[in-house]
Amino acid sequence: MTNLTALTLAQARSGLRRKDFSAVELVEAHLDAVAAARALNAFVLETPDRARDMARAADARLAKGEGAALEGLPLGIKDLFCTEGIRTTACSRILESFVPAYESTVTANLWRDGAVLLGKLNNDEFAMGSSNETSCFGPVVSPWRRRGSDVKLVPGGSSGGSAAAVAAGLCVGAVGTDTGGSIRQPAAFCGVVGMKPTYGRCSRWGIVAFASSLDQAGPFSRTVRDCAILLRSMAGHDAKDTTCVDLSVPDYERAVGASVKGMRIGIPKEYRMSGMAADIETLWQQGARWLKDAGAEMVDISLPMTKYALPAYYIVAPAEASSNLARYDGVRYGLRVGGRDIIEMYERTRAAGFGKEVRRRIMIGTYVLSAGYYDAYYLRAQKVRTLIKRDFEECFAAGIDAVLTPTTPSAAFGIGEKGRADPIEMYLNDVFTVTVNMAGLPGISVPSGLDAQGLPLGLQLIGRPFEEETLFALGAVIEQAAGMFQPQPWWC
Amino acid sequence: MSVDADTVRRVAHLARVAVANDEVANLQGELNAILAFVEQLAEVDVEGVDAMTSVTPIAMKMRNDDVTDGGIADAIVRNAPAQEDHFFLVPKVVE
Repeated sequence: MTNLTALTLAQARSGLRRKDFSAVELVEAHLDAVAAARALNAFVLETPDRARDMARAADARLAKGEGAALEGLPLGIKDLFCTEGIRTTACSRILESFVPAYESTVTANLWRDGAVLLGKLNNDEFAMGSSNETSCFGPVVSPWRRRGSDVKLVPGGSSGGSAAAVAAGLCVGAVGTDTGGSIRQPAAFCGVVGMKPTYGRCSRWGIVAFASSLDQAGPFSRTVRDCAILLRSMAGHDAKDTTCVDLSVPDYERAVGASVKGMRIGIPKEYRMSGMAADIETLWQQGARWLKDAGAEMVDISLPMTKYALPAYYIVAPAEASSNLARYDGVRYGLRVGGRDIIEMYERTRAAGFGKEVRRRIMIGTYVLSAGYYDAYYLRAQKVRTLIKRDFEECFAAGIDAVLTPTTPSAAFGIGEKGRADPIEMYLNDVFTVTVNMAGLPGISVPSGLDAQGLPLGLQLIGRPFEEETLFALGAVIEQAAGMFQPQPWWC
Repeated sequence: MSVDADTVRRVAHLARVAVANDEVANLQGELNAILAFVEQLAEVDVEGVDAMTSVTPIAMKMRNDDVTDGGIADAIVRNAPAQEDHFFLVPKVVE
């Protein structure tokens, strides 16, 4: 029998339809892989009973020829998505025992289409981090290692568990969220495909909120095709999220393999940063050649506001976070630590429940929104955001179809290596991805090569609003040329 | 701009997060590092630029002001740290 955990999502889908194996067999193989990979700490909750029930139901539907788009396919879900009756924590102590009474729209869409829940995946606390080290369940260990080294590396973050689980073959696909790069950066670090769709493409209802004007759900997978399949099920209008657009969802899979001939690809000079790893510069040029060979045209462009995106993000995102996280007060749900009066109860609850990074961002957000500072910080940052978006709009108006950049300025780093003394050192990980959230655009990271130490690197493609199909077509070209990358399974 | 120790304590109180005295110096350093980093936004000319209010140009849908949900008090209080008869319990707030 074939190794069921080595299959891509599309291959597993074909195998189930051909009845080469059952959904129960597919799910059992993945449950075994999950149990054997606990050293990675990718899952914060395994749900084998639920998985088996869902797989049996999928087999029954498949037997009747009623299999839906994702029938019987085992997925992992970032622990930021509320799952009805299944503990959802955002990897924060303040929600350590929270059991939602409702299901997020995105996950409900996946179950509607027959997917199977393997469990909840680790992430940075409230999605605030770039290395998955701020989780209250401890860091995720990347399935990747530097050549000839056993140093534990970060998988990236905040959706580190999602990226690691897909890279390690623990699930055929996973779901994450991206506020400043939280899907694309871990996808690049783990050698998998990750997409942040256009803001409004997927419903945010039932996702634990971090920064509401930036948060967006998206898929992780081993191939571009798999990513397209997952997005089609995840996306779609939802009356429960007023920012979720009422636009029909294309059959994204059809874009995979479509011609990119004549497409104009922008190469932004501002992304050529001093101190960027030489491997990344080389890879970027390689990516441009691959797209050129496929008939696309490379155009030098300028996005002058690029350098201001990260500082503007570190005003807008903490400001929204401080408002969103005000709800964790020890009254309606979550942790409570008692005090002499209600104010002391709030303060003690939140001090005990939030980790250092979350507390830091809440305080920055509170400060920039406080009387006397609002105009200087928050209002100015929102104006800069308008200018960042304008940069992209001008390029698109001039006929650019997509922008090609590296996903990250470096490959994965060691656990504990960054951000100890200076929080900015960690924040710089998102320098290439954060512009996309600020402008609400779709972006995809595609694994494109290995660095000198054998670690995966990704290239990012940024598209026009709601033109994810262009990114799937271009991403497939890069994937075809670069090949796929898999870590050595040292953990089992 | 930078914050002093008193401002750190004031912001912590506004944010309703207890901060111990021995944490103030550290937090002050971290917050000032972030504020120094975002300081570069001051060089951007934002004269006449509108602040972004919505990243997508699509108008929000309005719905009818109808009651579409309810009767789920059990579900609402199920995760509460303290509750009684479908009420959330908190320390006394009114003398």
